[in-house]
Amino acid sequence: MTEKEKLFNKELKVINIGIEMFADDLEKQNVDVIHVDWRPPAGGDIDILKFLEKLEGS
Amino acid sequence: MTVTVIIRKDTYRDSVILMRLSNKIAELDGVLQAGVVMGTPTNKEFLKALNLLTEDARKASPNDLVIALDTQDEKSMAHALSEVERLLITRVSKDETKIVPKTLDSALRGMPDANLVIISVPGTYAKREASKVLRKGLNVFIFSSNVSLEDELELKQLALEKGLLVMGPDCGTAIINNIVLGFGNVVNQGNIGLVAAAGTGLQQVSTLIHNEGFGISQAIGTGGNDLSKTVGGIMMIEGIKRLEQDDETKVIVLISKPPNQEVSETVLKIAHQSSKPVIVNFLGGDIENIESQGLTAAKTLEDAATTACALVQGKQAIKNIFTASKDKILSIAQSEWDRLASNQNFVRGLYTGGTLSYEALILMTPLLEEIFSNSPLKPHLKLEDSTLSKNHTCVDMGAEEFVIGRPHPMIDYTLRNQRIIKEGNDPGTAVILLDVVLGYGSHDNPAAELISPIQEVKANAERNGTYLSVVASIVGTSLDPQEFHKQYKLLEDVGVIIMPSNAQAARMAALIATRGVIQDKLFEEVF
Repeated sequence: MTEKEKLFNKELKVINIGIEMFADDLEKQNVDVIHVDWRPPAGGDIDILKFLEKLEGS
Repeated sequence: MTVTVIIRKDTYRDSVILMRLSNKIAELDGVLQAGVVMGTPTNKEFLKALNLLTEDARKASPNDLVIALDTQDEKSMAHALSEVERLLITRVSKDETKIVPKTLDSALRGMPDANLVIISVPGTYAKREASKVLRKGLNVFIFSSNVSLEDELELKQLALEKGLLVMGPDCGTAIINNIVLGFGNVVNQGNIGLVAAAGTGLQQVSTLIHNEGFGISQAIGTGGNDLSKTVGGIMMIEGIKRLEQDDETKVIVLISKPPNQEVSETVLKIAHQSSKPVIVNFLGGDIENIESQGLTAAKTLEDAATTACALVQGKQAIKNIFTASKDKILSIAQSEWDRLASNQNFVRGLYTGGTLSYEALILMTPLLEEIFSNSPLKPHLKLEDSTLSKNHTCVDMGAEEFVIGRPHPMIDYTLRNQRIIKEGNDPGTAVILLDVVLGYGSHDNPAAELISPIQEVKANAERNGTYLSVVASIVGTSLDPQEFHKQYKLLEDVGVIIMPSNAQAARMAALIATRGVIQDKLFEEVF
């Protein structure tokens, strides 16, 4: 297991994508957290998103 | 009536912020309906139900903010719109001093040693974001729901390949290294490890362990669908393996609603190979099957907690129907049932926690026979209309049907409070049974929200020369932000009978509603 894969018994370093309240709650617990200002990709257009995913091969 | 719909192109806010904002606006004088939402298909359905889906709103994209209001007059509209503006601006300016990254990559540049990502974007986008996270070699906690089982399987298989954990999708809570993720309680650190496919189940077990003076090493949430046939229990199995390797964990507890039969057998086989004691609480599951694998079966969430605390000390578990003595319990119950009128016969359970509602159904059904619900134990007991109770009823108010366009009832008490009044004013109701869930994510003072409707229904009953019994359990600890004892006192002062666990609260409710007729059956309950 690499350092990143290991999760137990070490300091949590968190990236929060979505509901900001979860980042706020982690800050209250003195956890190092970065909140991402996420927006729906492809302007929220699901068809364009599916096309992009095909291109990205994801 | 004045309807105004404003579309803000390319303005994104998360659902919790918008639901809180919508609620504040809906409470303003002169506002009849308010929907401030992103233009997703689900939100458009919500606006349609409010009669606010205008042509402009119909055309909005998931990236557009839709402000849809119906007010009594122009003056109320002007005031409501200015309040929406004010609240939106307040939120945006909160982080003015911080540079907020817009992508995972830019966040990783700011935190190259990140080891966990929390994802709570709308379900449609969750798999895409989670795949990116896993490919970067990071563990992930997915709060988002509405992810297909096939997508969940794909994510979990990818995680296994990479040696990573995927908690979720639809994972409400976890405690990793004594840090609460999502909705969860602050508990002592200790030697009991949990793996749970049931969010409020994890909360109940972890808080009871804390309240008994013990602690949690790790509590891994898997998401409610992990033990489905399609997903095959991948993360519960991985969780058992991780806890097996973890030196801090001395006892392992598995929590779930009944899993798929084949999956259950696979999980139990893996658990059987563990060198540590494993307690299995598959609510309503086959106890003999669990014990035939050499594992310890727990019938209730409380039994799971009590047994774990005993085994961690190398002691034999003592399982109690109630913590207090039989005499004490009967005396409390009788002082309640003595005041009921002869036509008050029914228990009405109003739950915010799905697993807790399910547990109450499992425990009360042998005592009360038929209990109606929106997620019943048998199909013929399904409520035709979830907003209308029938005889004995137990409702999961956190179910999808109650939370479309609204915050979860653990955050927003409006719907449940309305329901308390409705049930309280039903002449057939003997007992209202409640859960009060504390911890991060939940309302910051739930008992204060509950006391007003409880006082109202109790006063109404008194005016009619009768009585109404209210029984509750508090899922929480003294370390929670809401403070257990403060919440306890508020509820106790308005005459709520507070039991130490959900299981005991459900049993007490059944005892009161039946005027003790079921006591022989109850106190002889076989574990």
